Amino acid sequence: MHPVTGFVEKTFVITEFELRKLRHDFTELVTRALQPALWLLIFGQVFSRSGAMHTGNIPYLDFIAPGILAQSVLFVAIFYGINVIWERDLGIVQKFLASPTPRAALVLGKGFSAGIRTLSQAAVVYGLSLLLGVKLNWSPLALLNVLIVVVLAATLFSTFSLIIACIVKTRERFMGVGQVLTMPLFFASNAIYPTAIMPDWLKTISHLNPLTYVVDALRTFMLADSTSTFGLSHDYTVILLTTSILVLIGARLYPRLAS
Amino acid sequence: MSDTVLEIKALTRRFGAFTAVDSLTLSVNAGEVFGLLGSNGAGKTTTIKMLTTLLPPSSGEARVAGFSITTQAVGVRRAIGYVPQAVSVDGSLTGYENLLIFAKLYDLPHREQQTRIREALAFMGLTADGGRLVGEYSGGMVRRLEIAQSTLHRPRVLFLDEPTVGLDPIARDAVWKHLVDLRANYGTTLFFTTHYLEEAESHCDRIAIMHLGKVAALGTCKELEASLGGGSRTLNEVFVHYAGSVLDSGGTFHDVSTERVTAQRLG
Repeated sequence: MHPVTGFVEKTFVITEFELRKLRHDFTELVTRALQPALWLLIFGQVFSRSGAMHTGNIPYLDFIAPGILAQSVLFVAIFYGINVIWERDLGIVQKFLASPTPRAALVLGKGFSAGIRTLSQAAVVYGLSLLLGVKLNWSPLALLNVLIVVVLAATLFSTFSLIIACIVKTRERFMGVGQVLTMPLFFASNAIYPTAIMPDWLKTISHLNPLTYVVDALRTFMLADSTSTFGLSHDYTVILLTTSILVLIGARLYPRLAS
Repeated sequence: MSDTVLEIKALTRRFGAFTAVDSLTLSVNAGEVFGLLGSNGAGKTTTIKMLTTLLPPSSGEARVAGFSITTQAVGVRRAIGYVPQAVSVDGSLTGYENLLIFAKLYDLPHREQQTRIREALAFMGLTADGGRLVGEYSGGMVRRLEIAQSTLHRPRVLFLDEPTVGLDPIARDAVWKHLVDLRANYGTTLFFTTHYLEEAESHCDRIAIMHLGKVAALGTCKELEASLGGGSRTLNEVFVHYAGSVLDSGGTFHDVSTERVTAQRLG
């Protein structure tokens, strides 16, 4: 088998492994739907009425809907590493690593599975947005791009999470680090307010934050009348490049879980 | 003379100043059942981790089925099966699904996957339970499924780290019956670690007793019993003689914790 074909096949086998678990128990999809609902229905509506956020000619609820989708993806993906620690405490990681599966395929396959899990968040956010009167772009190409960005973003952040898991190795430490990282990533982005109103130091951090480019791409594809701040090719380049670098680092660190 | 399937030369693994495995040298013949015995912390699991390419050695070399563990890791991984001490099948999938994923990871041809899985389930006495979630299995069934999963690709060497820890005597006997059949039917070499001396005595062609990272004794059980001066020596006495007193054994907190958690999950 050609190495590239083999790599792609193994990646999808790992994704299949994760998704089969979901088929037997999909309660997590239902419980995770609550968070975006709370943010959109409570935070979004309150701030929309207050008029405190200046989002140009886009209504605040329209502005925040893609940000809440990005936030949901981040929150689901960033704690994905805890599953890896659980698999390490069992012997599943060891068994994967003793198989001839490329390490990068193990890492990328898990990332993709996180991506597919977060698609349910996209469905919830679209449903709520529809109810709240957000002007959505329903063109098939835009929808396809939203799916791609969501899967890539979840792959990016779940791989970041896996790297943290490989370093800290215990659930207790992981939970601490995960919580420390999640909020700064979220608040130092354009998810719930535009970067234009940030102080310069925070604006600089937000430009280094991949979530900012995820939100920009989602906002451009999801909304009927929105243009990209950074350019879609720039957004995709940052997301793909960051994901690739993280997968390579993850593949390097993943075997540490077996030692 | 049998072919050598496992050749270990001066294999050493250090963790900082601590030497877990110290210049281990031994060889195992094809089709042999080889037991690695020793107290917790003697270096058995570290040895298995190096031989299965999970842990790089600090120095030394080993060849498994002709492949170097340091330069031909993928070749080694294709030639071996591995059953870690901790539970290594996923409780939220069915037995069939656990096997299917590994059939794919080991590149079994698509048309052969179903046949192999059916055969493996039948061989391990799990045909009727293949469609059930593994979380509902008994400890013995879990271990048999893990062995089935690790042997789907017909490995030349099967490494088992404490394969019967936490199992009751009936489940242990069932696991061993299947391991013995595995060797008889496929000529698989079995390399395992255990604390149960009676298992080693009943099933091993040869054993090595490790103490403080080194091989303290190597041979058949009869040879080792004779090495203490003959008479009616037992393997237990041999073990105590070569593995040191009870007071300096016991392993690390992590060793004990892993073993107890595994026992709890399988029990």
